Amino acid sequence: MLDNLQLLFVYAPVMNVQMILDGIFIGAVFALAAYGLALVWGVMNVKNLAQGDFVIMGGYLAFTANNMGFHPILALPLIAVLMYFYGVVVYKLVIRRVIDNDMFVSLLATFGLSLFMQQVMNLIYGPEVQTVDSHMHIMTMFDDFVTVPMVKVVSLVLAGAFASAIVIFMTKSRTGQAIRATAQDARAARVLGIDTDKVYMLTFALNSAICGIAGVLVSMIWVLQPFYGIVYSLRTFAIVTAAGLGNLPGVIGMSFILGWVEQYAGIIAGAEWQIAAAVFVLIGVLLWRQIQMRRLRQVVR
Amino acid sequence: MYNKLPIALGAALAVGVAGFAGGAMAKVEGDTIVIGSSLSLTGKYSTNGFHTQKGYDFAVKRINDTGGVKVGGKSYKMKIVYYDDESTPSRASQLTERLVKQDGVEFMLGPYSTTMTKAVAPVTEKYGVPMVEAEGASRSLFTQGYKYMFAVLSTSEYYLAPVLDLIAKRSKDDGKSPSDLRIGMAFENDGFSLDVRAGVLDVAKKYNMKIVIDDKLPADLSDMSATLTKFKALKPDILLVSGHSKGAATAARQIEEMKINAPAIAITHCEAAKVHVKFPKSANGILCPTQWLTNLPNSEPLFGDAQRYDKEFKVAYPEYNTGIPYQTAQASAAVLVFKDAFERANSFDQDKVRDALSATDMDTFYGSVRFSEAGNNIAKPMFYRQIQADGSYKNIVSSKDMTMPRKVAY
Repeated sequence: MLDNLQLLFVYAPVMNVQMILDGIFIGAVFALAAYGLALVWGVMNVKNLAQGDFVIMGGYLAFTANNMGFHPILALPLIAVLMYFYGVVVYKLVIRRVIDNDMFVSLLATFGLSLFMQQVMNLIYGPEVQTVDSHMHIMTMFDDFVTVPMVKVVSLVLAGAFASAIVIFMTKSRTGQAIRATAQDARAARVLGIDTDKVYMLTFALNSAICGIAGVLVSMIWVLQPFYGIVYSLRTFAIVTAAGLGNLPGVIGMSFILGWVEQYAGIIAGAEWQIAAAVFVLIGVLLWRQIQMRRLRQVVR
Repeated sequence: MYNKLPIALGAALAVGVAGFAGGAMAKVEGDTIVIGSSLSLTGKYSTNGFHTQKGYDFAVKRINDTGGVKVGGKSYKMKIVYYDDESTPSRASQLTERLVKQDGVEFMLGPYSTTMTKAVAPVTEKYGVPMVEAEGASRSLFTQGYKYMFAVLSTSEYYLAPVLDLIAKRSKDDGKSPSDLRIGMAFENDGFSLDVRAGVLDVAKKYNMKIVIDDKLPADLSDMSATLTKFKALKPDILLVSGHSKGAATAARQIEEMKINAPAIAITHCEAAKVHVKFPKSANGILCPTQWLTNLPNSEPLFGDAQRYDKEFKVAYPEYNTGIPYQTAQASAAVLVFKDAFERANSFDQDKVRDALSATDMDTFYGSVRFSEAGNNIAKPMFYRQIQADGSYKNIVSSKDMTMPRKVAY
């Protein structure tokens, strides 16, 4: 561990550039999926355990588009639309029925949905690892030491663009306002004439589309496998729990922090700690919150 | 409506159970030897599960078409009863229990993967059922003192270790001392890959090579850029990666992305991950271990040599025209070993067959088969192939056949 630190800060400090860049690129993709989760969680109080599987499904759609001869980025709008409608269907069939029940019902339902999606993807695409080649240039800096694949830069830009679009949609449009109103107080929103059922459907479908976009980016940067969703579910849960619901800057900031923590943990403590580090961050934030809130807690026990 | 569901489910279950119970069979029915196998036909191992099944079926058909198994002057046909273990170890051991207890099967062919074999072997061992397995390579399977399990393949510690012998030999020829070589390696944190690592550690110690990176990859990690960044900073001479197909695909993708220029790279499962098709640039020069080569000289009467097996299998299963995975070849070899053992035992007594298996000493298209006390095949080495610039695989017989340093232009 000590020699790793030495390597990082004494012998090859230029490594830090690579890691900070990688952390940002990874964080950008996480941020998309995490924001979708925060939306569904905040508005509907449904903890979507199938979040990662929606991401992987988006990835497989990109894989299909690529096999049919379309570049995944060109197919991205269509994939977002397809995933939107898939979200509508899932909402009508499953989510709508569990929304008013307690937390465990929604957890069980989305866990079941996750298993179902994994198996269907496994039947269609098989369990082999699949990848999509973006055919984009790889830039190099510092005498080939730092490499920046264009596809990651494009992903960062796309993730940023979609995140801003969502923010504008949520603050400016009537529908976005209705979603926020429902999140604040569903009952009051209903009294004021907002069709909350429709808002829920929109929210869930929007989340599905966002996951689809994240999935397209994942397919070009990492690898796809039907059972890989859990990795993304885990990370998005860690991000959203640590950042808090309805806190977009928090979610984005937390995603970058998670990206960096993973990279540095991978170098300093070894790759086996990379994902564990994400969970440690979550525990750290929860502990800190607990201590911070203690002063304010005045509930009768 | 809802309260009728349990009744309907119960009824369906009862019918199912009755159906299975009715299908009970004995070990040898008339002139047929029944062999059981629980294979992963759905779930994450299903691709290789099917490769295995086709290997078994092809060999059984060939044996049955050419006179069957001769025991006590009578000719018997072979038949395999398959169950789908859904790539879940607990299911595999349940199904094995069912094959033995309910179906009365007295001989077994192995499942796919070390994990499944680990779940099945305690059951077959408990009932004294001889099992020949072809797909569980982990060293840890052969340290349990199992008496009834035999494996035709080379064990996992030989997957990457011999490549260091090749590289050491090569650097000696090039006038460099092997002890100057430095290794950077990353292994998935599972039983199989850690066995591969253990083999590597032994050989590295033998040559006094220095291991500068020794990372363990979590099972659900699809990003090894941290390891590779470290690799770029330390510039070792050899990169070793083992993490099944997923690890091979991730490694190949990121080796290309990060323009890794190590003189020698060896990765397990690169063929299964199709890295030569998906990442032709970085795949160039990668050394891949394999259990079987199509130009092996060993042969026996039923299948001939490896070349003939390769040709005839492709005729029977045209979907394998681009290449037969070694998983299929070794599955066929396992069936051949069983046939040979039945004939030498000249009996269907389980213990006699077990003793005959233990005394196996035969040549097959898959290589020689001779079992150690622990049940693993000690007569067949692991082979290596190097991916060429055009995506083809070149057999590496001696260290001179290797392109080292690998010539790669990103």
